[in-house]
Amino acid sequence: MWDYIKLIALGLVAVLAAIAAGNARDLAYQVNAVEVMLAAAIAFIWVLRTMGSRQPAPQNEYFDGVVRAGVIATTFWGVVGFLVAVIIAFQLAYPVLNFEWAQGYLNFGKLRPLHTSAVIFAFGGNALIASSFYVVQRTSAARLWGGGLGWFVFWGYNLFIVLAATGYILGATQSKEYAEPEWYVDWWLTIVWVAYLLAFLGTIFKRKEPHIYVANWFYLSFIVTIAMLHVVNNLAIPVSFFGSKSVQVFSGVQDAMTQWWYGHNAVGFFLTAGFLGMMYYFVPKQAERPVYSYKLSIVHFWALIFLYIWAGPHHLHYTALPDWASTLGMVMSVILWMPSWGGMINGLMTLSGAWDKLRTDPVIRMMVVSVGFYGMSTFEGPMMSIKAVNSLSHYTDWTIGHVHSGALGWNGMITFGTLYFLVPRLWAREGLYSLKLVSWHFWLSTIGIVLYAASMWVAGIMQGLMWREVDSQGFLVNAFADTVAAMHPMFVVRALGGVLYLTGGIIMAYNLYMTVARQPRVESRSVAAVPAE
Amino acid sequence: MSKKPLKKKHEVETTGHSWDGIEEYNNPLPRWWLWTFYACIIWGVGYSIAMPAWPIFKSGATPGILGSSTRANVQADLDKFAAMNKPIQEKLVAVDLDQIAEDPELRNYTQNAGAAVFRTWCAQCHGAGAGGNPGLGYPNLLDSDWLWGGTMEEIHFTITHGIRNETDPEEEARFSQMPAFGKDGILSGEEIDQVVQYVRQISGQESDAELASAGETVFMDNCSACHAEDGTGDQMQGAPNLTDAIWLYGGDVDTLTYTVTNARFGVMPNWNERLTEADIRAVASYVHSLGGGQ
Repeated sequence: MWDYIKLIALGLVAVLAAIAAGNARDLAYQVNAVEVMLAAAIAFIWVLRTMGSRQPAPQNEYFDGVVRAGVIATTFWGVVGFLVAVIIAFQLAYPVLNFEWAQGYLNFGKLRPLHTSAVIFAFGGNALIASSFYVVQRTSAARLWGGGLGWFVFWGYNLFIVLAATGYILGATQSKEYAEPEWYVDWWLTIVWVAYLLAFLGTIFKRKEPHIYVANWFYLSFIVTIAMLHVVNNLAIPVSFFGSKSVQVFSGVQDAMTQWWYGHNAVGFFLTAGFLGMMYYFVPKQAERPVYSYKLSIVHFWALIFLYIWAGPHHLHYTALPDWASTLGMVMSVILWMPSWGGMINGLMTLSGAWDKLRTDPVIRMMVVSVGFYGMSTFEGPMMSIKAVNSLSHYTDWTIGHVHSGALGWNGMITFGTLYFLVPRLWAREGLYSLKLVSWHFWLSTIGIVLYAASMWVAGIMQGLMWREVDSQGFLVNAFADTVAAMHPMFVVRALGGVLYLTGGIIMAYNLYMTVARQPRVESRSVAAVPAE
Repeated sequence: MSKKPLKKKHEVETTGHSWDGIEEYNNPLPRWWLWTFYACIIWGVGYSIAMPAWPIFKSGATPGILGSSTRANVQADLDKFAAMNKPIQEKLVAVDLDQIAEDPELRNYTQNAGAAVFRTWCAQCHGAGAGGNPGLGYPNLLDSDWLWGGTMEEIHFTITHGIRNETDPEEEARFSQMPAFGKDGILSGEEIDQVVQYVRQISGQESDAELASAGETVFMDNCSACHAEDGTGDQMQGAPNLTDAIWLYGGDVDTLTYTVTNARFGVMPNWNERLTEADIRAVASYVHSLGGGQ
């Protein structure tokens, strides 16, 4: 019965998508509609062919298939995102790489949102979904709620990524940073996200543990807040049901404020709260040590999620935004410093007593460096939100350096650590294929980040100083082009840092593949049984 | 799953919770952390009293006891320099254009102010160093090869009204249009090849003598009205001198063929709506001083 409903729904989607493709008013919309049609058709055929022959999943085992798929997707999108990153870094250093034959498709302007979405939403998002499914099942001692809902979340989310990416290249964008996808892609993500929330919450509700583990607080705050941010910032009216263009509901400074309320909390809840959830499970697991302080985790959790939501206006200092809103954003950002550091303290102090493992276990080393970069960027962030500092740093590459020390250092490294932890367990393998390669990955990434962050600090601060330099009569001393020329060497260094980071990512992909392909199977690990009452 | 960690004497108790083998110590909040957190909050309260912060009035937010306002600060900064430069700007717009370079004070001022205006508004096309953009048709302003004249008067006029634009409210922008000899079928492909070789000959470049001599006739019939019989151009019409080594778009055979076939139409915006008269005079004087001023 349930299968018939699925078939009807999928068939309907495929037909509607075909109609939409036929009536499309622009190419991006048409290609997206064809993609939806294909996805629905493939799902339709799969349901039809497996009808009656599918075995009900054993309810006494964890639902790990979707986590395995998530791990593969994370690794794949990671390498893709880093590759696009390196390409655009070289395009900035050598504009000739914006080839004439690729104008309008593969020039910097088109590839830049592709890069940010690939690393944040495809790489980071898949890592968050996969790890949250793994963690919530283990720490609740319960199978993921919702039957096959987890698969819907996984495939639905990755369809969202494909729709968004092809849309960018073909020119469908709302021009809102980190919220570029157009209205129908936003609608689809909303549906997927609600399914994600249900699967996660359902598992928490049927947990067999008396308390909810701290990692799950963070994951839940991430899922709930992202839903709210996504819906409000994407309030838009489509120009036509058969076209990609839409008109924003807010305008002017209200629109800017909504965008950066969203934008900053994408950092706060996607890249901070979500990844802290990851940190709170995988660091104590890998270190085999208890979490340092339960009290600290409570206080910093509530302080963090309360304060973060106010910090957005610091993206709009010295603009049309009223001074009072600027003050609000700055004050909340500075107060946010310690709550952010609570996570760093808990992460690092959890390792106290296990420092020797830093020598022997490159995965732990990765996690420690990750938490270190987290601490560094959560100090740098409040500092840059101070108006006086911001008047120098704003619009310069210092901001880019700041974002990347957080993204490459914190988000990237904790995800790598998590992947190295997960793969042998999910595929029941006897440890990783090569710890030596993990070490290589660690050093390449770390040196890459240092090159990136250092070059962007120099470039950004120099740029800011050159922009503001006036002579004794109040005239600007430098032309904009002078600052671009002066930054060229730093752009090259940044791109080289990116090459190192990408190389590390490829080494990881190889190492994980070889772990699954070559390492002997450990039978005792093969069944991830849900513990009995 | 994981082994229970060995407990050391000085360690505090765990909370007794356990998830998938993860336990939690019941450590207190680190004191330095807590006090820094409190200090930040107290600072935040103080800052929001000092600065515009609380949007509680219908008319706006509390102004803060320091009465700070970013807009007022910027305005004060602008006003300060405006007041400082006012006397000299008044003097600058009052004198004859030719007198600017004679007056040491004005000359000094226009060197700085003109350079600043140039770097802000002109550098995008003419380059930060005013060397132009050879090949794209943005003239080099450092040489003495002027399209529309290089006296103070003419430079000032060009900057004020621009070239070949339709945006000048006074409709004074100088205008000329080279015919697209090939595209519009005025010259055959053969004739274009000939005149290109002739232009290369008079500009002292390597050329095919046979084609060039045929090209001379084509040139006299079609080009000399604007570019003059000797090819030295006409500044009244913005027709470039073709006998020197300076090219707007390029003097190679391919580029010349393209130019003759399709013509060129370089546009410069009028600046009378965006810059003050003092700024225009300053930048005109700066450009005039770069080496080619006549």
